[in-house]
Amino acid sequence: MSHAAQGRGKAGFITGFLIAPIALYLTFVIWPYVQTFGYSFTNWSGQSPVFDFVGLDNYAALLEDEVFRGALWHNLLLLVFVPVITILLALFFAFMVNAGGRSGAGGVQGVSGSRLYKVVYFFPQVLSLAILAVLFGAIYRSDEGGLLNGFLIKTGLVDPQHPIEWLNEPNFVLWCLLFVVVWHGVGFYLVLFSAAMQSVPKDIYEAALLDGAGRAQTFFKVTLPLLWDSVQTSAVYLGIAAMDMFVLVSTMTSGQFGGGPDHHSEVMATVLMRNFLYFGKSGYACAMGVVMLVLTMILSVITLRATRRERIEF
Amino acid sequence: MGSTSAHGENSTDGLGRRDLIKRSAALGLITVPTMSFLSACASGAEEAPKGGAPKGAVTKENPFGVAKGGKLDVVVFKGGFGDDYAKAWEAAFDKKWGTTSSHLGTQEITAKLQPRFNAGNPPDVVDDSGAQQIKLDVLAKGGQLADLTAVLDAPSLDDPTKKVRDTLVEGAYEQGLQGGKFVVLKYVYAVFGFWYSGKLFKEKGWTPPKTWDEFLAVCTKAKEAGIGGLAHQGKFPYYINVVIMDLIAKKGGLDAMKAIDNLEPNAFEGNPAALAAVEAVYEVVEKGLLLPGTNGLTHTESQTAWNQYKAAFIPSGSWLENEQLKQTPEDFDMKFLPMPLLPDSKLPFEAVRAGVDEPFIVPEKAANKAAGMEFLRSMLSREWSTIFAQQANSLTVVKDGVDPAVKLRPGTQSAVEALKAAGSNTFSYRYPDWYSEMDTEIQNASNELMAQRIQPKEWIKRAQAAVDKAAKDPNAKNNKRS
Repeated sequence: MSHAAQGRGKAGFITGFLIAPIALYLTFVIWPYVQTFGYSFTNWSGQSPVFDFVGLDNYAALLEDEVFRGALWHNLLLLVFVPVITILLALFFAFMVNAGGRSGAGGVQGVSGSRLYKVVYFFPQVLSLAILAVLFGAIYRSDEGGLLNGFLIKTGLVDPQHPIEWLNEPNFVLWCLLFVVVWHGVGFYLVLFSAAMQSVPKDIYEAALLDGAGRAQTFFKVTLPLLWDSVQTSAVYLGIAAMDMFVLVSTMTSGQFGGGPDHHSEVMATVLMRNFLYFGKSGYACAMGVVMLVLTMILSVITLRATRRERIEF
Repeated sequence: MGSTSAHGENSTDGLGRRDLIKRSAALGLITVPTMSFLSACASGAEEAPKGGAPKGAVTKENPFGVAKGGKLDVVVFKGGFGDDYAKAWEAAFDKKWGTTSSHLGTQEITAKLQPRFNAGNPPDVVDDSGAQQIKLDVLAKGGQLADLTAVLDAPSLDDPTKKVRDTLVEGAYEQGLQGGKFVVLKYVYAVFGFWYSGKLFKEKGWTPPKTWDEFLAVCTKAKEAGIGGLAHQGKFPYYINVVIMDLIAKKGGLDAMKAIDNLEPNAFEGNPAALAAVEAVYEVVEKGLLLPGTNGLTHTESQTAWNQYKAAFIPSGSWLENEQLKQTPEDFDMKFLPMPLLPDSKLPFEAVRAGVDEPFIVPEKAANKAAGMEFLRSMLSREWSTIFAQQANSLTVVKDGVDPAVKLRPGTQSAVEALKAAGSNTFSYRYPDWYSEMDTEIQNASNELMAQRIQPKEWIKRAQAAVDKAAKDPNAKNNKRS
């Protein structure tokens, strides 16, 4: 059997196993998408099987919709900051935990107590988003009963008559939410990167040490290049989180399905949901869904292209 | 790393595990955020309404022709009122009509019912309420609501010589209209205004204010005593809108209120009553008389702070007492206060917003529509109304509908007295039901006002813009009140 035929046979073998998942995928993912395209050209209210065809009206209205444009901008901000901050922090902690310790007689090791740190950092990941929302609701609470405000008032940094209304401040609200996502995510990516780091042979580090590389040099010249695949995958996953954000925004901020104050924390999903369920503009909301689909598709292609690098084999 | 990929020997046509993960992750990036919403778009196939439901003979006792031994499907919102009252009703209904009823009490009305409305197999009776209600204007526009005029014209169960419509409180009919048709039975009767603790006021020697100036004076005294003047449920600007809108109605009279509901071009802009009302509320903010931090609190947090004597007043409807049952101290002595008057108000101090709420509907495509209508007629009997008052500690739209033997709590009792004092001086807005989007936009503006990010003039501008936008809705011309 030639090399190529062997490859084809393997592909066919894999496809055989995938028939059932593909059928499910077509029914429950692709078919709704197709329907959504259809609905996006109608004035469907979402509560009735009766609607009219309105052509591109919904898309024309979307171009004028300042709330949706604002939401798009917020999603883009999150798309940049969530992956960058989370990955940098996770990489830093993972490096310190695995290879950041003083080199002793035993060669490369983590800082002391690294096993404990790994467990502690992973804690946030076990919490569900709903619990996170409640937890951070108590932290950001706008009166003296909030953890942050209570602390700031006790230390005299904030006037008790004017506590900081974290989630009701247009300039803070998005960053407060961003912090929650990062806090939640770092632990998971720390463990992911740790696992990847542990599969890097110790002798490479030892060689670097023998050559007199410091921590920073070891990290940038050895660890990061060898971890690039994991970083790339993480960026895509965190991109998913940043494009969604629905649960946190809709539960933590003011407004129907969140997005407040005055649309300052709006993301596309919350605008979509409000139009879909609350304003009875489901056709319009479907047009938003289509725009989201196209944007995310473009972004995922860009992400995978931009982070493509030569693979390092070892 | 090498150990995790098959690329070593076969890098051109093998499917490396990491490649597979990356590709599926890329697909996930596309699908995950959108999928959960979009799949909700998929409505079921259109079904012709089933005409096969059995019909009983129409008689005087059975005006809708309920078939004995049929099925009845009831879905109620299980919120502040619980759902025990509905179970008691269903049992009574089954006993009388020999039906088999199925019951669902839920908070997730939309999630549970939207697919059923779309597929054409909705329940027979729905209490469409709560944060996740299906908006009534949306249902009405979709032709999903049965015309309930027949229920109003049917004989009352208490007194067959009377029609049901003559046993209802004022407003119950008007507020059930959508596009000029009576399609919603709002069952609970609630009054809106400020609430205070009788105990706190007695202790401090404050008198309940009748004018806005007196109100500000009490708030100032409260601040001097180290507590907040006004608390409000900042995360839900619905509540502070009650204050603003009631001040407008009381100062400008019913015409000012109707101008807003009828989406007049001068509803807010150029309406001196509106500007005075917004400026009055803004004065509370400017003078620092709000409970610190209240702008960001939820209804539970702010109401509980008020229950802990951290603020003198809080705006709400008369469901407040039931909602705060567990947080209210034994001797709190909850009291209702009608909205204090601005100078030169057209309505008297006693005038209150009295609203009917908790919308019950019969879907147009219900399998057993006749039983649904009969169920609503039974709800409007004194017997069922008393069941509700006992189980849910609230008044209903049935005039004199509660057995006087039922003892009420202090807050509810004071609300009843306020209603009696108001007499025919009750009013209520329609726009929140008619125009969800306009309501939301005005609420956003109020949120900004309370945080001092906009001034009263800007609020007026934004509210008028919301009105003008709603006026462009083709459905708007059906929603007129006079």
